[in-house]
Amino acid sequence: MREWEGSRQPAARSTAGEGLAAGREPESALTIAVPRGALFGDTLDLLDGLGIDTTDVRANDRKLLFEDVGIVTMRPSDVPTYVEHGAADIGITGKDVLLEAPDRDVYELLDLGFGGCEMVVAARAGDDVLGESLRRLGRVRVATKYPLIAARHFSETGRQAEIVTVKGSVELAPLTGLVDVIVDLTATGKTLAENGLVVVEPIVTCTARLVANPVAHKLKAAEIDSLVERIRATA
Amino acid sequence: MIHPIPPGTRDVLPDEMRELRAITERLRDTFEPAGYGEVWTPALEYEAVLQAGDENAARAGYRMFDEQGRVLALRSDMTIPVARLVATRFGDVSPLRLSYFGHAHRSVEHTTGQQREFLQGGIELIGVSGAAGEAEVISLTLAGLAAAGLARHRVGLGDGALYRTLLDALEVPADAQPELLACLSRRDLVTLEMRVSELGLARDARDMLVRLPELRGGPEVLERAHGPADDAVDGLRTLYAALEQEGVADRVILDLGLVRELSYYTGAVYEVYDPAVGFTLGGGGRYDELIGRFGAPRPACGLTLDLQRVHIAQAAEERLR
Repeated sequence: MREWEGSRQPAARSTAGEGLAAGREPESALTIAVPRGALFGDTLDLLDGLGIDTTDVRANDRKLLFEDVGIVTMRPSDVPTYVEHGAADIGITGKDVLLEAPDRDVYELLDLGFGGCEMVVAARAGDDVLGESLRRLGRVRVATKYPLIAARHFSETGRQAEIVTVKGSVELAPLTGLVDVIVDLTATGKTLAENGLVVVEPIVTCTARLVANPVAHKLKAAEIDSLVERIRATA
Repeated sequence: MIHPIPPGTRDVLPDEMRELRAITERLRDTFEPAGYGEVWTPALEYEAVLQAGDENAARAGYRMFDEQGRVLALRSDMTIPVARLVATRFGDVSPLRLSYFGHAHRSVEHTTGQQREFLQGGIELIGVSGAAGEAEVISLTLAGLAAAGLARHRVGLGDGALYRTLLDALEVPADAQPELLACLSRRDLVTLEMRVSELGLARDARDMLVRLPELRGGPEVLERAHGPADDAVDGLRTLYAALEQEGVADRVILDLGLVRELSYYTGAVYEVYDPAVGFTLGGGGRYDELIGRFGAPRPACGLTLDLQRVHIAQAAEERLR
């Protein structure tokens, strides 16, 4: 155990430096993609704990880029895109976002533990719409902001589903008769309850994840490993 | 009226073409004197040829029928056609050195800014097994990139069979192995750790399986591979020594977690990086069983570069000067 723990500090920088051409731009600092929204507060707390000054980020609602501390803020669903392209070296986003973007080529390094949510199938309370639709019509109609996750869930459980992608409040869809059920993320179940919906099936639990660009993962190995090490230590 | 071109393709105009041409000329001027004669293969291959090389036909994106109803595919990979060409046209010439420049097409999601049509240039060395062949291919590629104007490029070096070897050595049940290998190739280290923990292995074995894919850096990485992993990295140790002999070891990042998407690699695998580009500049590896699928088996290895990405790195390098 000891040996393996110690091993996560490869001296990549020192072996990288010598012998290469002079005049290299500073590559040591990491650019971090930070998700605005539900994960924002916990993410900034985490960065505070790592000694990164987030005062500026907290004070500015509209500013997006904080070059001094290497932070870029964005929608959680954009984090894999920025990280895949190397516009950010590492990033924090929800597992729901990663499941919905399986083709984004990023390393998933750590389960950060916070931001826990449940991806669920929900329907109107009372009647068994799901069973009724499947039995009589042979398929179920599903509204969701997560078409891939929803399609995979129903296909893996051997049921035919018609997926309807919506952008806004998905809770509205079964109430108006657009669909039978919804697939959505819920933390407390409050929004579902307020709209008379109940959880029919849980799909997967989603927490915040630390992701890394594959090239940065090699070229900035020491910086990324030291960050991962410090996060593990605080957990 | 605007006439569109297919998504993921582009026109190249004279200014860009001049620069791109300069890069390919410099690579050619590096490859040709080293004995790597240039070949052309058809842009279209029978789909079955690509499938013989890789079960996903190397992600071919465009297929069509010829007049006899046979399925053709726009080539999605350069190594598979070269392997076919070697097996059918070169009998037992050995060793054989070949280079190529040409477009390949792959089904990638074009809205992510990736090209479906991309210009590849690379080399293949046939009939030289082991570290000697790999060191030649890697150092020649590094020299070509330097000639093309790159200064900060590095090559990642791994062993595609390493993790599988380790799983066998640690007696991980065969039915649990595919899931672990899939996690590794998806780069999902969180699920990997979870699945490994569920196996009920001894603590040392568990830590080794979880930590090994994170080991990357200089030669000290090889010292950190203990127990069964120590034997498994023997191949990398020999190759690193050969690269030291070639004087290019300072460009090499040893990476015990490196895996490549294409299934024809049998041993060492490589990737090329530059700090100016978020994607790999290219990659390759040893494919000792590929040529045997088209004729007599012969050991071989090669490395391919995405020349438009090399161009991005070269332009960034120029801006730094």
